Amino acid sequence: MSSSKKFINGAEIFFECLRRENVEYIFGYPGGSTLKIYERLYDIDFLKHILVRHEQGATHMAEGYARASGKVGVVLVTSGPGATNTVTGIANAYMDSSPLVVFTGQVPTNLIGNDAFQEADIVGITRPITKHSFLVRDVKDLAPSIRKAFYIAQSGRPGPVLVDLPKNVINALCTFEYSEKIEIRGYKPTYSGHINQIKKAAKVISQAKRPLLYVGGGIIMSGASQELRSFAIENNLPVTMTLQGLGAFPGTSELSLGMLGMHGMYWANQAINHCDVLVALGARFDDRVTGKVDTFAKDAFKIHVDIDPSCIDKNVKVDVPIVGDVRQILSELRKVMPGKPKIDKWWEEIKTWQKECPLTYDMNDGRLRTEYVIERLSEKTRGEAIIVSDVGQHQMWVAQHYKFNHPRSHISSGGLGTMGFSVPASIGAAFAVKDRPIFSVSGDGGFQMNLQELITANYYKLPIKFIVINNSFLGMVRQWQELFFDEKYSFTNLGESNPDFVKVAEAFGLKAYSTDRPQDVDDLIDTMLNYNDGPIFVEFKVVKEDMVFPMVPSGASISEMIVKRLNPQRMV
Amino acid sequence: MKHTISILLENRFGAFDRVANLFSGKGFNLHSITIGETEIKDVMRMTIVTSGNDQIVDQVLKQLNRLVDTLKVVDLSEHERTERELALISINYQKGTLEELKNICDIFRGKVVDINNKSIMMELTGPPAKINAAVNVLMPYGIKEMARTGTVALKRGEQINIQKKEM
Ligand SMILES: Cc1ncc(C[n+]2csc(CCOP(=O)(O)OP(=O)(O)O)c2C)c(N)n1
Ligand SMILES: [Mg+2]
Repeated sequence: MSSSKKFINGAEIFFECLRRENVEYIFGYPGGSTLKIYERLYDIDFLKHILVRHEQGATHMAEGYARASGKVGVVLVTSGPGATNTVTGIANAYMDSSPLVVFTGQVPTNLIGNDAFQEADIVGITRPITKHSFLVRDVKDLAPSIRKAFYIAQSGRPGPVLVDLPKNVINALCTFEYSEKIEIRGYKPTYSGHINQIKKAAKVISQAKRPLLYVGGGIIMSGASQELRSFAIENNLPVTMTLQGLGAFPGTSELSLGMLGMHGMYWANQAINHCDVLVALGARFDDRVTGKVDTFAKDAFKIHVDIDPSCIDKNVKVDVPIVGDVRQILSELRKVMPGKPKIDKWWEEIKTWQKECPLTYDMNDGRLRTEYVIERLSEKTRGEAIIVSDVGQHQMWVAQHYKFNHPRSHISSGGLGTMGFSVPASIGAAFAVKDRPIFSVSGDGGFQMNLQELITANYYKLPIKFIVINNSFLGMVRQWQELFFDEKYSFTNLGESNPDFVKVAEAFGLKAYSTDRPQDVDDLIDTMLNYNDGPIFVEFKVVKEDMVFPMVPSGASISEMIVKRLNPQRMV
Repeated sequence: MKHTISILLENRFGAFDRVANLFSGKGFNLHSITIGETEIKDVMRMTIVTSGNDQIVDQVLKQLNRLVDTLKVVDLSEHERTERELALISINYQKGTLEELKNICDIFRGKVVDINNKSIMMELTGPPAKINAAVNVLMPYGIKEMARTGTVALKRGEQINIQKKEM
């Protein structure tokens, strides 16, 4: 507890709070209503302000930073347009449960509601996409609000919190006090699971004949990867991961079945269909995972561990719910397991599915394919890199073909599916992680949605390897058009209008390469890995008409999976 | 089935909006919503009447609990409770109908709170079902204007502490 009788202004209080929260980086962009803060920032050296080129970029960077580091990502923008530009990034963080604190400037309190210059009701606009928000109307509430914002953002199920800062509050004087203890009487996340429920789960798992662990991003957020690994190995359990769960369990492990769901592995989805005990760990039964919910793991006894009670029974009714922190619960579960299940036959079944329908693609026509690029990337980095993918076909190929060894290594926009996420998010990740290579993988469409941030990467000399997978199409949409919309390729062909990506990257000061030949892939990956003097760019021109398989059509049961290109008429 | 949910809420800027937003954002039914002060400083009580199957109501309760500003969320439908509503109803009368209207008002234990040469206004309180019944009876006379508060409710018997239910 610290206090002083000295009066300081809101801007100084703001930075004192950030100091107490050990904030290393702020991703921001100045404007009229935050001038006082920027004035103070001029003399601050305990944290670094990263000047972005668009406020959406700031929010994605903060999220990339948060997801790579496990810390809170911090954003600072001005009122009105600065604030509204953060909306997509906030929504993205909300859907993927990433801890952000977003500070927005606001017009003075006496002008709020007056349609003042650069006024926007950002608290109202973001209410459905924030975990909580504060409009600080009095400078004496400033420090407590910031304290609570950081606490709420990173505790329980993490999420974005917005703090709106009217200009007069920032200018006003107040003494500074920052309480160590925090008490929010309406907010008390549950961390330790109910022991009886845990014992019940242990018993069921130990007696299972066909058990399956289905794990999501919650494992990564709670730092439960080590516990998960031990639990799975001790009991010889198969593990399948959601998109956000990739990296929670080593992709190279014998026990890993890879990703499940819409573009998941055939055998993982088969395992879902046939398991008798399904253990969901920090996963939320999202519709891209379950397909038609009534048929998802229909006959399985379901155990669900989640820190958010509202996730339980939301999409799929479960038999043993356990609310709490998945790391603590896994550690308890390991202690009370009465014995390991006998599941050799189950493994044989799984192996049969793996042989029946392996993950393949056309390799023999000499043309460059995304799958090959990702496969080589996975090999050459031995699953040790951080891959920040964008949204589309390339994202699914990354998820399918890159074998992630570590948590916090696969960073992608899952819940919201925000194109334009990768470039800025990789920049945020690069501030968090210095000892592993960071690749940003975008499609030719999504790359153009936030490419202004290339200059941010270059200015700060971040050694990011920017890859564009150029298929000349909004590939994922094109795939749906081919399969389900009568091959009417309406407004998805970017071929004639795409810019020269190499020139674009060069204009931003990046070294840039391009190829359409498989035989160049290894060399270019080496070039990227060996280049550490700032960012580098490579465009891979790939086959235009490729599709991502396997695929469960939207709303279908996962048993109705399409494993390869068939007659489109038979697919809906 | 209708559920009456009682919420203790921080009396804080935006707290009400978050609750109301939840209902529109998640597509939950909202039949009535009331808010007012309680015996505790800075704590408001909201009473919400919603409907849906068990799974939906379960979600409503969980989502309400999840809000930082809610202190306690109880589905009163599972408890002994008292529900009340107040209605103000203005009705045009003709020569012959004034007495009838006054009679009806008496039967429902209402009060006539205003009268002029065209219309009378009555005040009715009671369980929502009683108000509905009164409205039904009054309808044929031509209701000019009506204002209903929505349901307020309290659990009977034992007290509810200010503490969020452990889930
Ligand atoms: C901001 C935004 N707008 C639209 C979409 C819809 N969408 C999903 S995938 C996709 C195509 C992406 O194309 P590209 O970036 O080239 O990647 P590809 O699928 O070709 O690998 C589109 C338009 C989206 N996800 N996000
Ligand atoms: Mg494309």
